[in-house]
Amino acid sequence: MTTAPYLIVIGGSAGGLQPILTLLPGLVASLPAAILIVLHRQSHYESVLTELLSSKSILPVREAGEKEPLLPATVYIAPADYHLLIESDHTFSLDDSEKVNFSRPSIDVTFTSAALAYGSKVTAILLSGANTDGTEGLKDVHEAGGTTAVQDPATADVDYMPRQAILQAPVDAILQPQEMAAFINRMAEV
Amino acid sequence: MSRNPISEQEVLLLLNDILERYGYDFTEYAPASINRRVNHLYQVDRFPSFAEYRYRIISDPAYALRFVEEITVNVTEMFRDPSFYQALRTQVLPVLATYPSIRVWHAGCSTGEEVYSFAILLKEAKLLHKAVIYATDINAGVLEKGRKGMFRLSQMQQYSRNYMEAGGREDFSSYYTANYEYAKFREDLGEKIIFSPHNLVTDGSFNEFQLIICRNVLIYFNKKLQDRVLTLFSESLEQLGFLALGSKETLNFTSVTGKFKQLENREKIWRKVQL
Repeated sequence: MTTAPYLIVIGGSAGGLQPILTLLPGLVASLPAAILIVLHRQSHYESVLTELLSSKSILPVREAGEKEPLLPATVYIAPADYHLLIESDHTFSLDDSEKVNFSRPSIDVTFTSAALAYGSKVTAILLSGANTDGTEGLKDVHEAGGTTAVQDPATADVDYMPRQAILQAPVDAILQPQEMAAFINRMAEV
Repeated sequence: MSRNPISEQEVLLLLNDILERYGYDFTEYAPASINRRVNHLYQVDRFPSFAEYRYRIISDPAYALRFVEEITVNVTEMFRDPSFYQALRTQVLPVLATYPSIRVWHAGCSTGEEVYSFAILLKEAKLLHKAVIYATDINAGVLEKGRKGMFRLSQMQQYSRNYMEAGGREDFSSYYTANYEYAKFREDLGEKIIFSPHNLVTDGSFNEFQLIICRNVLIYFNKKLQDRVLTLFSESLEQLGFLALGSKETLNFTSVTGKFKQLENREKIWRKVQL
């Protein structure tokens, strides 16, 4: 099976679920990219989240499994309480080491790992949230030649995370939630 | 990149140095996690260049030991994933109770929090007196901590909650005494635990067990090494013995999958049904 040639990785914390629910229905099934969602949350609602996102998308939605290949046009959710890493052969690895930015999964950890594994073929999108997780990862994505985008803070339930990212990291696009699907569909066609 | 100054190729060089000089083999670990940790240590210890990092590892055995201890993950907690312990209590212990003596191997036990958790389960099932738990890890430093049976007092509220969620009915604080910032666990819990170094990559089997617990260790290995270690576990289990893994680990798509049957719940516990 051929792994996805492109990767879209989306990170969100408090208020991050709403823009995801907005963008998912707009994604096209011909997407040559894997979509990876890292969302800070409590571990108890695992299966509920997968079902919820599934109901919003024509693409298959599943939890990212240990050593599984990243497939195109598939939406993956980072499991609670593990960091999610991407190997250079485009498979997932889980890691239960110390929290980063008080978070596990940490958005920074996955963004940086995505940048290492996918280089210029990764697009990272950072959403609403109350801490600064993700900012360092956006820098790494940019440095690797990838594309960085941030939710327009004016549209975020909690604007601290996108605002900090815009201040500290090179950001290629600032997006409203309803613009995100088109942005992703376009990026993947390049 | 800013947070990954050392490339995957350079990490491999270091891992080969460690293997040749000191005998620890990390070359079959999953690269992404080990790269991250090797880079993290490089930055924490403020090396000016890769060459100096490498020279220090080659020339200073004490530093090499620090390297080995720091690149392995030692995050753990008592009664981690309470429903897993609930399943051990209700589905595995009643079977173990039928044996005249119980041998358990806890592989990759780190600082021992989960070993003491299991000892508490055995104690409450009145099985601890006829059990031996071999608790092993590659890292001598964490084993020394495990032997002491002292864990941070600040964690006890969380552990007590986990214990109750796992079906614990006793007063959790009766299992330890507070000693400054540590909780010292009761001597009788530790009496049946043998902490001992064992390297899953290079060492073989050392006994036959009715239960092997190995949680969140295989996630750090590549597929090939996972298969080899699972074969080692399979060969170290008695017929109808149990193998218990971490919450995201599986026997599916491995070389031993045909020999095992998963218990009928969602917990990661398998039973060896075929020799």
